Amino acid sequence: MNSTSQELYFAMLRIRMVEEKIAELYSEQEMRCPVHLSIGQEAVAVGVCDHLEREDIIMSAHRAHAHYLAKGGDLKSMLAELYGKETGCAMGKGGSMHLVDLNSGFFAAVPIVGSTIPIAVGVAWAFKLKKSSNIVTVFLGDGATEAGVFFESLDFASLKNVPILFVCENNLYSVYSQLDVRQAPGRKLSALAESHGIKSFTGDGNNIDQVSELSKEAIEYIKSNNAPAFMELDTFRWLEHCGPNGDDDLGYRKKGELDYWITRDPISSYKARMIKTHQLTDQQIIKKTEVISTEIDEAFKFAKESPFPDQSVLNQHIYKD
Amino acid sequence: MRELNYANAIKEATDFCLEVDQSVLVIGLGVPDPKGIFGTTTGLQDKYGADRVMDMPIAENGMTGIVIGTSLNGYRPILTHQRVEFALLSIEQIVDQAAKWFYMNAGQQNVPIVIRLIIGRGWGQGAQHSQSLESWFAHIPGLKVVMPSNAYDAKGLLISSVEDNNPVIFIEHRWLHNTIDYVPVDGYRIPIGQAKVVREGKDVTIIAHSYMVLESIRCAEVLASQGISVEVVDLRSIRPLDTETILHSVSKTLRVVVADNGWVKFGVSAEIISVITEIIFDKLLSAPVRIGMNDSPSPSTRALTNNFYPRADNIAKIISEMMGKDLDMSVLFPKSSIPLDVPDPSFTGPF
Repeated sequence: MNSTSQELYFAMLRIRMVEEKIAELYSEQEMRCPVHLSIGQEAVAVGVCDHLEREDIIMSAHRAHAHYLAKGGDLKSMLAELYGKETGCAMGKGGSMHLVDLNSGFFAAVPIVGSTIPIAVGVAWAFKLKKSSNIVTVFLGDGATEAGVFFESLDFASLKNVPILFVCENNLYSVYSQLDVRQAPGRKLSALAESHGIKSFTGDGNNIDQVSELSKEAIEYIKSNNAPAFMELDTFRWLEHCGPNGDDDLGYRKKGELDYWITRDPISSYKARMIKTHQLTDQQIIKKTEVISTEIDEAFKFAKESPFPDQSVLNQHIYKD
Repeated sequence: MRELNYANAIKEATDFCLEVDQSVLVIGLGVPDPKGIFGTTTGLQDKYGADRVMDMPIAENGMTGIVIGTSLNGYRPILTHQRVEFALLSIEQIVDQAAKWFYMNAGQQNVPIVIRLIIGRGWGQGAQHSQSLESWFAHIPGLKVVMPSNAYDAKGLLISSVEDNNPVIFIEHRWLHNTIDYVPVDGYRIPIGQAKVVREGKDVTIIAHSYMVLESIRCAEVLASQGISVEVVDLRSIRPLDTETILHSVSKTLRVVVADNGWVKFGVSAEIISVITEIIFDKLLSAPVRIGMNDSPSPSTRALTNNFYPRADNIAKIISEMMGKDLDMSVLFPKSSIPLDVPDPSFTGPF
């Protein structure tokens, strides 16, 4: 682990606070793009990224904010992108679903489920061909494990011993469809990776200590064995699939399921443990929360006040000379 | 200059790129096998090693994503499929990812990849080995689509494609692989997006690409004997489309036939005729005409495919009518002793 327990806690809290602010301000109708919020799933992003080097690459999918921020992606650029501004990480051409921050090793996220998986394998394979010691991590959901490219990627990663960490956030639902109407019940997702000869790790994605420990082990395995690894981490999305609101009233999830997962909130449960073991005080939390809050307010102010891109940008970046 | 066939010109271009740029990779099902993609890749693995020239799993979509990934991390891969239809499995990666990547990240990361696709006709290819789907790819901003009609262009355009900083769909016609042309030994480049007048004429322009250029030239040669002077424009690239050369030629002849390599509906010929009529409609002496594959899937039997694929005599008939002549095609194009389902007598299958 590179960060202290306190740092991990505040990293999760910061992501939570950013997304809560997005949810709060979304109704202003100024962030005019689909947003898929990670609230409830922050421990996976923070716990995994804590073990990555700056030069290590990560890729993600539609629910990418937490991964982007955990890897060190610039907050102002991200929010400006959601507001469609020139100062956004993709000049407003990408929106929430196409974040990018090359300086921090966040290569890309795309909303076509599963599509970044083979691209990430290709980036990682290039590291191997170049004899670089860096690795690539690709975050995917349980839904992506049903896509053909997932299997094609596992096969190739295993065939060529590609240094890639597949991190599957199993939040049990693909939009409104639960896992057991999509996949044979009783079979772990990790078994799919194991059947391709890929070392797998499973754990509680809402327990950052466990995520951190497993990530460390998986990354050490990748580096010492020159082979890919797969992690399946159980977690849960609190809000609607896409948008700033809850949607439990729709009745697609079992009654009480969300409440159960809220009791397993990765952030408040960690906070309680930290306070109980005297690693953190209420005073420290209040102080740091203020600092984060100020940072977020400034970033939103920056995004709102930034100009929209010039019309000439519409026809830029179609082809590279 | 030395003569070389199209397949070997492709191989020489690939060899050149592998030699001069360590970041070039060649990946495709069958690349290192004894047949080496119709002879276009034979011997390259021995020369450059299995880390740079390699076979692949039958996983077209995944492999396309993987080569995109390598291109984001310093490589210039060439991915090959033995028929265009296999690339349909990778349409998502080609259209959503490769084509848009540079735009989506506002110019921070580009995707320099080449996807070599082979199209065919005749010899009972049937519905899934005979399509010419260049208009699918050409429809997408962000892709380039290159379709050389001869060995000289094939070598120069493939080198340009590999050195291009964008995803390039490079389409070869199986019936061109054995055609011979003068091809320089050294590497050279032909700019992507430049059409070429391959035969000058003054009465009518035929615009064609890939294999249909050969049929167009045959047509032009025969019609010359009847006093009709036909200009033939070889597009060489479908996207970017060289509208300047097209308009220059048609502005001169004022009559145009577009000999499409695929189906005409919503196709390359539809686009070209749109461009012409939008810009020089009032100058034209007759309505533009397009010709292409019959508007059906391709059957396998030669009994039916004789009326499926367009040939020189079909183009000549259109031009004859356009010029107000009543030429007898059965006289101008006497029934050949060579069956119509092979490019030349040396072709004995199997694919």
